[in-house]
Parts: sequence; C-alpha cells; structure tokens
Amino acid sequence: MTHKQVLLVEDEPNIAEAIRFILTRAGWGVAVEPSGSQAIARICEERPAAVILDLMLPGRSGLEILAELRADAALSATPVLMLTARGQGRDREAATAAGATAFLAKPFANADLLAALEAMAGAEPATGPATGPHR
Amino acid sequence: MPFNTLVAVSLVYVLFLFLVAFIAERRARRGRLRFLYSPWVYTLSLSIYCTAWTFYGAVGSAARSGLEFLTIYLGPTLVFIGWWWVLRKLVRIGRTQRVTSIADLISSRYGKSNLLGVIVTLMAVAASTPYIALQLQSVTLSFGVFAADTPQFWELPNQSAAALWIAGGLALFTILFGTRNLDANERHHGVVTAVALEAIVKLVALVAVGIWVVWGLADGVGDMLARIDASTLATWQLEPGRFAGFTFVSAAAVLTLPRMFQVLVVENTDERHLVTASWAFPAYLLLMSLFVVPIAVVGLERAAPGANPDLFVLTLPLSEGWGRLALLAFLGGFSSATSMVIVAAIALSTMVSNHIVTPLWLALSRGPAERGDVRGLVLTSRRLSIAAVLAMGYGYYRLSGGSEALASIGFIAFIGAAQVLPALIGGIFWRGATHTGAAAGLIIGFAIWLYALFLPSVGETGLMSAHMMDEGPFGLGWLRPQALFGIEGLDPLIHALVWSLMLNTLAFLILSMLSFPGPVERLQGVAFVNVFEGRSGARGWSRGQAEAEDLLSMAQRILGAQEAQLFFQAQAAGQGIRGFLPDPTPDFLAALERKLAGSVGAATAHAMISQLIGGAAVSVQDLIAVANEAQEIKEYSAQLEAQSDELARTARALRAANEKLTSLSVQKDAFLGQISHELRTPMTSIRAFSEILMEPDLPEPVRAQYAEIIHEEARRLTRLLDDLIDLAVLENRKVDLNISVANLHDLINRAAHAASSTRPERAFRFERDFPTEHMAVFTDTDRLVQVFINLIANARKYCDAEAAVLRIEVKRRKNRVQIDFIDNGAGIPKAQQGLIFEKFARLTDTSKAGGAGLGLAICREIMANLGGTIDYLPGQGGAAFRIVLPLRRRGDEPGRAG
Repeated sequence: MTHKQVLLVEDEPNIAEAIRFILTRAGWGVAVEPSGSQAIARICEERPAAVILDLMLPGRSGLEILAELRADAALSATPVLMLTARGQGRDREAATAAGATAFLAKPFANADLLAALEAMAGAEPATGPATGPHR
Repeated sequence: MPFNTLVAVSLVYVLFLFLVAFIAERRARRGRLRFLYSPWVYTLSLSIYCTAWTFYGAVGSAARSGLEFLTIYLGPTLVFIGWWWVLRKLVRIGRTQRVTSIADLISSRYGKSNLLGVIVTLMAVAASTPYIALQLQSVTLSFGVFAADTPQFWELPNQSAAALWIAGGLALFTILFGTRNLDANERHHGVVTAVALEAIVKLVALVAVGIWVVWGLADGVGDMLARIDASTLATWQLEPGRFAGFTFVSAAAVLTLPRMFQVLVVENTDERHLVTASWAFPAYLLLMSLFVVPIAVVGLERAAPGANPDLFVLTLPLSEGWGRLALLAFLGGFSSATSMVIVAAIALSTMVSNHIVTPLWLALSRGPAERGDVRGLVLTSRRLSIAAVLAMGYGYYRLSGGSEALASIGFIAFIGAAQVLPALIGGIFWRGATHTGAAAGLIIGFAIWLYALFLPSVGETGLMSAHMMDEGPFGLGWLRPQALFGIEGLDPLIHALVWSLMLNTLAFLILSMLSFPGPVERLQGVAFVNVFEGRSGARGWSRGQAEAEDLLSMAQRILGAQEAQLFFQAQAAGQGIRGFLPDPTPDFLAALERKLAGSVGAATAHAMISQLIGGAAVSVQDLIAVANEAQEIKEYSAQLEAQSDELARTARALRAANEKLTSLSVQKDAFLGQISHELRTPMTSIRAFSEILMEPDLPEPVRAQYAEIIHEEARRLTRLLDDLIDLAVLENRKVDLNISVANLHDLINRAAHAASSTRPERAFRFERDFPTEHMAVFTDTDRLVQVFINLIANARKYCDAEAAVLRIEVKRRKNRVQIDFIDNGAGIPKAQQGLIFEKFARLTDTSKAGGAGLGLAICREIMANLGGTIDYLPGQGGAAFRIVLPLRRRGDEPGRAG
C-alpha cells in the first residue's frame, strides 16, 4: 500500500527532523527539501499530496514559491501548509493572500501540525491506522 | 698632516652627515619640524649652487682671468633681487601643480606631454654628467694634495680608486635619504638638513682661509689692497661680451639647473621663505666671494711657479704649516662637492624614473587594472637611476682622464641647462606658448649645445677630431663647431651660448605662433600663467565612468595604502560622505591627479587616470572658462558654481540622510521580525522534540539523539539572549570596562586560537608579521579579543577563496594602533558595505552561518566603548576590516552617556 506523500520545505535541519519523525509515525511519506530555489522542481518531480512550506528560506522566500505554485495549472491544486517563525499578523495575511491552504506559527504543538495537514489533505487518515503493521 | 688623519677626519665627517640626516628625517616623521621649516635652512640649501667648482675654482679663475669669476655670483644675485617675482611664480606653480622636477614642470605646462619630459631629462643628464665628474675630480685632487709630500705633486697612487669610493659613498647616502618617500613633494628633510649644514661648513672654511690670508699672511686690509694693486690682477681688462654672457648664463642656470630647481621649488616648504632667501642668498654669495681675490693674489705671490691655482685654498695653508686650517678648507671643498652631487642625483633620478622608466612600464604593461606595485617600481627605478647617474659621472671622470679639460665644464653645464629657459619663461608668462614650439626650441638648442660645445669639450681624445674642428664636417667650413655660419674669433663658450639660445628662442617663438595648442595644454597654460589669480582652476576631468573603488586600488599602489586611504577619506569627508569612497567628481579627480603627480610626475599621473576614466578629457565649460577673459563673467560663474556646489552638497547630504532613515525604519520593523524569528526557531525544535520525548516507547538511541538536539538548541537560545543583552548594554554605554595591559601579539594569538573551532575542517592560513605586533595596549583586553575572534571567525566562515588566507597587519600611528584584517575572498559588495555593521545584517541569510547576525554590530559597539573604531576597508581585494584603537584608553572618558 502506498503512503500519502508530503514534501517538507524547511532549511532548519532540526525542525525538519522533528516534523519528519512526527509525520512518518503518522503514516506519511516525507521528503525534505532544504533549499527554496529547488522547491518547485522537487514538487514537479514528486507530485506530493501536500506541501509544508517554511516562510523564510535561503535562496527564495516561501511566498514566492507559493505564488509560482498557484500560477502553475498542473500544480495549483496542491494544498500548502505555511509555517512561519516570525508570528506577525502580517505574515498570516500575506500567506493567505498568496494562496496558502493553512497556516501555522512556530513553535507549534505536534498534534496541531498533524491535524492541520490531515484536515488539508483530506478528511480520511492517510493510510490505515497510525499503529499499523509497519511499525 | 698625515694622510691617514685626513681619511679618518673625512670618514668621521661623513658619518656625522649621515647622523644629521638621520635625525632630521626622524624628527620630520614625528612631526617635529620647527627648525626644518625655517627660511634659513631653505636659504642654506640653495647654496648647493656653490659647488667645488666655485669653492676651489673661483680662486683659480681669479688667478687666471681676474674678476671674471664674479659673474657666477652676479647672475644669481640679479635673479634673487631683481627677478624675485619670477621665483615666486615658479614656487607657486610648483606647489599648486605638485611639480617633481624641471622636466615635470615643462611637461606639465605643455599639455602633460611626456615627450618634453623625456627631452628635458636627456638634456639634464647630458649636462650634469660632466659636472658630477668635476666634483669627483675636485675631491680626489684635494685628497691628492694631502697625499703627496709636496703640494705641487698631487698624484694619488690610486686616484681612480678614491673617486670610485667617493662615488659609491655618495650613491649610498643619496639612496638612503633621497628615496625614502615616493612623493617628491614630501621633501627630503634629511638631505636638505645635511646640505644646509654643509653650506655652513664651506662658508666657514672659505672665510677662515680668507681671514688668515688678510690678517695672517698680509698685514691687514691696507696691506692687502696694496698687494692686489701690485699683482697681475690689477692689469685685468674687462671683456664686456664674456662678462655679460657669463652673468646671463649664471642667472639662467640658477633657475634651470635640475639641482637648483630641486632645492628652489620642489623642496620649498613655504613660499614666504623666498622673502628671506631673496636677500640672504645674495649675502651668502657675497661672503663666499669676498676673499677670493686676496687668496688668489697671495697664492700667486707665494706659490711655486706652475702650481695649480685651483688648489690655492688648500695648498696655501698647507705650505705655510697651517695643517688644521688646510683640513678645514678640505672639508669645505668636500662639502661643496658632495652636496651638489647628492642633490643633482636626486633631481636627475626623479626625472629619469618619472619620465622614462615609469611611462615605459605603463606602456608595456596592459593597464592600471593589472595588479602590480607601482610604488615599488618607481622607488626601485629611482634608486637604480641614482646609481646610474653616479656611475656615469665616474665613467666620465675616467674617460676624460681627470685632466684639466674639466676646468670649463661648469659653464658648459650652465649653458646646457639654460636651453630650458625659453620654454620655462615662455611657459609661465605667455599663454600662446605651445608644445610644438617648446619641443622645437629645446631640440635645436640642445643639438647646437652638443655640437658646438659639449662634444668638442671632451677633448681631442674624445669624439671630435682636430680635423673636423678645423675644417668642419665633410669639409663644410660654415659648420665648424666653434665657428658656425662662418663667424670666427668668438670665445667658444660665448659662441655656443649665443647660437644655441638665439636659435632655440627663435624656434620656440615662431613655432608657438604657428601652431595651435591642444585642450589640456590650454588649461595648463592658464593654470600656469594665471597662477596668482584665485582658483587655480584647470580641472581636466568631466565626470567619468571611473569607480571610486578602482581609483582607490590604483592610488594605493602608487601612494602606499595608508596615504591613499587617508587621502580618499579626507576627500570623502569634504563631500560629506563617511568612509573611503568619495564620488568621482571632476574636482576630486583633479585633486587625485595632482596628488599622484607628486609621486610619478604630471604626464604619468594623467595617463594613469585617463586609463581608468576612459579617455575623458576637457569639458566644454572648462574651455569656455578659459576663453572668457571678462572678470565679471568669471566671478559671476564662480559664484553660481559655489552656490550650485553648495546645493549639490546639501542635496547629497539630505539624500544620504533620507536613505539612512528609510533603511533604519525598515530595519526597525525587520528587527522585531528577526528577533521573533531567531527566538522561535530554536524554540520550535525544543518544543517539538520535548513532545516527542514525552511519549513512552522511544528507542534509546533516538531518545538520546533528540535530547542532544534539545540541549544544542537551548544553548543557541542562550547565546542569542546573551548577545542581545550584551548589545543593549554596549549601546547604552553602561558597560564596565576592565582595563588592563597586554601585549597585542598575545591578544591576536588568543583570538586566533579561540576562533579555530569555526569550520575547523577547512584549511585556513594566517599571514602575520610578528615583530610589528609586539606592543603594549591598555584597554579592556577581553572585549578587544572578542572583536578579533569575531573578525577571524567571519573570515573562516565566509572567505570563499580556495585556499583561505587572512592577513593581519598592525601599524602604530602615534598614540593609536591600526589593525587590518584582510582576507583573500570575494569581499563584500559595495551596496552591502554600509549595512554590515547593523543588527541582524547577515548577508547570506542562512542559519548555517550559526550566529544571529549580531557579531559585527557588537564589534562596532565594543570599539566605540574602547574609544576606537571599526570600519570596512574597500578596495583591498578581499573582505577587509580596519580597527583603530588608542594604545591607552583614557580613564576620564567613560564612554558617551546614553
């Protein structure tokens, strides 16, 4: 059985590791991309079911990536969860304006992250119970 | 008087001169210049006009041709008293145009043409070589007098060896003290002081011998007059032609001899010194000539027949058993010879290196953008030129056999130098004088001088056969060297003088009127002729394409890094800009060109700047300003210009302030966002992993790994808070400084060691000069080390060269120390240079850099607290930071209260 795939665009290696651990355990297949400039290419290549996008990235900001994603007919339907560490109201507005499906401020509760992703990528849990045979 | 004593005394005297020069040079470098700037030192240095030729030769000349010797004193006296305003104009032009030599003056006046520089240089070298040989001869002859048992016999066993030693010693002295500074306008204080001292020695020596002759050998003034009456000198008949001619050529020579120009114009530190010199120098000449006739008369009475009258000053006291007086006289002659040779060698080497070597190098290399140390090249070429000039003098001495054929060389050199006179006087008084005219006059005059005077003087053994002298070349009688155009019976000197200067002047006048001056020439013509009329005006540059940074890196290679940076900083400050890079305005470019001209000459400086500017030349406004004679229009436009300059300055200041405010406001917003980001990022990891760790069934290795991450991120958070608090305290100047004393070298070591944990896997090399680092600093040493660590860690982190090298240069500047950290990476782009010291201004915007971007902001605040500064130093190739720190932090200055 195939896991639902999510692409995580995040440059902080420790945060990426934490998210990878949380989502993998919940049954997601997680790919991590640390660079903003490579993000679009990775999305095209892997066609993930959802994207988690950090706002401040080296090379290219999350908002720019989001705008390009929404402008691309083939990719525009991909749900995107925006993460930001700046936590200002303005960031949330900007993310919504650029077309983010959901928004989460750092630091977050692990359960909130999972809930936001699953709400965004469809009501049903990704693939079977979280404590499936693969654990 | 044993010969060995003489050698010992001379050596001691020479050592003494070295010492004096050394001390003067040191005083000058420490800024204690008071007596060096005195008009008396200036006046005394002018006395290099009196060489050994006048010291010994005047008596000889009086013995042979009566009062004719007076002409060499009369000419300069007339110039200094009657033509004082010409001197003043020359000195003023020399200072405003930063002229390095007479060749440079001519080249600069006629459109910064290097061709003219080369012509004048060649003429000067040709005319001075025999003159230098004459000085060497006089010193060896005077040694010979002491070496022999009888005064008549002055053959030293190894005379040429003595001359060689003297030439070598002079070359050493000149190189040591004549090429310390590159900028000829920076003046050679050591040399000038030594020369002034020698001027006193020669005056005292000659006057002492004179007094001894009048009151010792003769019986006072009355008796002396009677003896003069009885001597052959009384029968001397004035030859008006020779007398007038020699007076004229001496007057010309005092303006045009390269060495006279050097002391008169280039070494002049203050125009007002001319006021003193205008009477004191003639007075000096008067004293020098006062006893010439008595010494000659008594010498003729007492000397053995056939004795050389040129050496009466020495042989007279010696034969009367006054050994010490003779020794003094010897030192006087020695001083006359050496001071002339030293100054002549400096003047000639400056000309050769600025007009021949450097332009050749510039033409051969591809352009100033290429790396290379011009300063080193120019200094080396100057040193080699000095050695070459003295070698040529020595060679000529050997060639001419040290014979008495040298006796008339003094006037020959004078006439050679006088060929520059028409171009010089025309250039500073007549705006119509052109490059073509000057070149033609110089070449014709020089050629006639060579043909009619110089080559025949080398003697029969030399370059012209007796046949040619008598019959002319190819049997053409009208071309006989000493009877041109069939005019015979003239004295050869007067013959050459009249023909060379007459045709020189004619060619100069006629061709100047027929030819048309180029734009640069016009500007320079106005700047020279109207030098006293307010703004010296000629700005050759319209706004060019040059980047200030390129100009800085070029200027550094010529002036040296320190001086170029100071100059750029001062110019930038004048424009209201902080830092090292002024806007390349025409005024700035003109100032820079003059500054460079002081080092490498006008023509070369002009060429180097045009290479960077891309051939920009003269603007239409400048030409109109030249053409417009009406004073009102000039004044009006000057006022307008002053107003618009003022407006432009204000606008620039406002623009800068506005940019600064806008960027500050953006930064303030960004600051809050940044703080939030920097705090939340580690918090995110900590929260996420601690939630994970709260779950029960985690494998032990994973648990340990995640706990380690939490620990690491917690420390990162602490570091950030520490930095923020540190910065806040520093910014409010509430920091408690812990002042102690430490060796700077040890502090740098400490910092280098502490920073070695940054990217330790990477090859990283230091380039340091340990001896310069040893000095005590009284400051907060921990804070200072913190700054060093920051700079070194930054270099380790960001320097993108394959083999990273960090150069640390320490220089002491009076009571401050300057420490430069220069790496070999790509450096920081100009747009960012103003921002790097701001908070969170991390250029790479990546968390991989490890810090929060507060490092340089903290460094700046620390340095301000320590009473010093830290700045970015552009134009060094890589990223470069300069720290300036007071060696002793003043206790009564506890930081500015917040």
